[in-house]
Amino acid sequence: MLAYTVRRLLMLIPVLFGMTLIVFFMIRAIPGDPAQVILGQQATEEAIKSLTKQLGLDQPWYLQYIDYIKNLFTGDLGTSLRTSSDISGEIWPYLAATLELSLVAMVIAIFIGVNAGIISAWFQNSWFDYTAMVLALIGVSMPVFWLGLMEQWAFSLELGWLPSTGRENVRNPVDAITHLYLIDTLIQGRMDQFVEVVKHLILPGIALGTIPMAIIARMTRSSMLEVMRSDFVRTARAKGTKMFWVVYKHSLKNAFIPVLTVIGLQMGLLLGGAILTETIFGWPGIGRYIYDAINFRDYPVIQSGILIVAVIFVFINLIVDLLYAAIDPRIKYN
Amino acid sequence: MEQPVLKVSGLETHFFTDDGEIPAVDSVDFYVNKGEVLGIVGESGSGKSVTSLSIMQLIQAPGKIVGGEITYKGENLISKSEKEMRKIRGNEIGMIFQEPMTSLNPVFRIGNQLIEGIRIHKKWNKKKAWEHAVSILKLVGLPRAEELMNEYPHQLSGGMRQRVMIAMAMACEPEVLIADEPTTALDVTIQAQILELMKKLNKETNTSIIMITHDLGVVAEICDRIAVMYSGKIVEQGKTQDIFQHPKHPYTIGLIESVPDVRVRKDRLYSIPGNVPKPGSIHKGCHFAPRCNFAFDKCYEENPTLLDAGPAQQARCWLHEDAKKAAVLERVKS
Repeated sequence: MLAYTVRRLLMLIPVLFGMTLIVFFMIRAIPGDPAQVILGQQATEEAIKSLTKQLGLDQPWYLQYIDYIKNLFTGDLGTSLRTSSDISGEIWPYLAATLELSLVAMVIAIFIGVNAGIISAWFQNSWFDYTAMVLALIGVSMPVFWLGLMEQWAFSLELGWLPSTGRENVRNPVDAITHLYLIDTLIQGRMDQFVEVVKHLILPGIALGTIPMAIIARMTRSSMLEVMRSDFVRTARAKGTKMFWVVYKHSLKNAFIPVLTVIGLQMGLLLGGAILTETIFGWPGIGRYIYDAINFRDYPVIQSGILIVAVIFVFINLIVDLLYAAIDPRIKYN
Repeated sequence: MEQPVLKVSGLETHFFTDDGEIPAVDSVDFYVNKGEVLGIVGESGSGKSVTSLSIMQLIQAPGKIVGGEITYKGENLISKSEKEMRKIRGNEIGMIFQEPMTSLNPVFRIGNQLIEGIRIHKKWNKKKAWEHAVSILKLVGLPRAEELMNEYPHQLSGGMRQRVMIAMAMACEPEVLIADEPTTALDVTIQAQILELMKKLNKETNTSIIMITHDLGVVAEICDRIAVMYSGKIVEQGKTQDIFQHPKHPYTIGLIESVPDVRVRKDRLYSIPGNVPKPGSIHKGCHFAPRCNFAFDKCYEENPTLLDAGPAQQARCWLHEDAKKAAVLERVKS
């Protein structure tokens, strides 16, 4: 297992380098002079020149790239044009907000999705199966912005049960330590704030988790149906094992590989695709951060934001690959 | 007189498919005494496996037991609840399946799979179950049993896996062991070893064995008595020696004739003309009549019952209604 992990980590190095190259050239492929675009039509010649120099754009591209990589190695992501502060310093709170929301959404999606899929397969063609699969079909076809708005309308506006926007009660703000508010409030023992944070997470969490939940449920069901017909399931039953364990132990572990693939992909999509949800729910996440940067033509921030989301995506895939090997002993030997 | 351990009478298992109701097992009767080895022989599709799964109550939809009794130690298994059946499966009646390659769960260690049944039925702690499992692995002749416990099925050869399956089925010292084609998927040399092992276990533990097979060689090797199945019915039963020397049903004669004899050089091997009728396509009369060389009018009109054809031998054939007709068979044999 250790050798496999090390091998997988080494394989990451070229991938990460490739990614920096793509991000670097993607930003530079935007037509026109970035300095001109940033400063607008009325900018003076000197201002454009000085910004070009500040951005390092007067250098040949390979020197720019080497500079960029050098800075990355020292943890320097550049300076935001909008706020004039270090990106590496200001990006974490946004990233933490997105991570917290995505993880909550994913936990909801996995817990409900996997169980719904299992029970549907176990009691195939039952009313539960039909209901769950119709709901899953509706779930995958529901636009996330519409679902978000409907949630806000029903649970905030009409019923008033849950807050509609933000991460915290602004009148009772959380003292940030890690910027993961669930953890921060627990560390400080502020249960009142913890409850507030949970309440704020529910609606965006469900909105973001619905599509992955539906996809996971459908994948789990079809994978379980296939596995539950296998010979080893019959063997387990012939041993006198309870049906619950036949399903949740013998079948699930075998059926989980394709489900894990879907979970990994969906998790990646959540991180990148949370912009809509973050906008609707006023969530101060990385999606919003990049979105604002795009509006302001804050090229260094766009570049860093994309890079970070891409790096997280790659690491999620790494974790999924490692989990494959942990679940199925036949994998690591290949 | 000896009381049979397991007695099947009038068992009917039907499959409810879109093409209608198919009687896969049609009024089957047999019994097995304590310490006895009973062979159930027949071609593919004759209902052997369905019979064995019916005994374990592991028939899955669209299959269903629609009639008959399965008496184990004086109790009817068919009327038992799923919970009561779980106490019998693996504990009182063990089962070995045809495919050792797929009958073990690929993602759990051998030890885990072995102690599962022991812990369910004997309620032992992990350590005691583990030690018992190791001793069973040694009993079935597996070398380095302790190491095997920590290995996965894919690390074992087919013969070793089948030994593990046998160990698993024997772990709780069942009264009856049902072996569904245990040697079919194995090499000939391994087949002989497995049969040798089963014979040994039968002698040492006095476990009754129901050996389901299409291989007459296996039957001759190990069985005390034989029941021959054709198209969901038992067509002949009796002592192994009697049936091999004086088969009383034309189908049995055909089966025995089809076995190549190394001492006689033939250009063409004998085969029974025609095919097993498709289940559900049967109308009236003897199911074997269309393929039978001895068939006469009555055979096409009325389905024969099991008739006495020797001191301890019965055949489902109208020839045995009177001795003159039955004599035809003897002449053909010689």
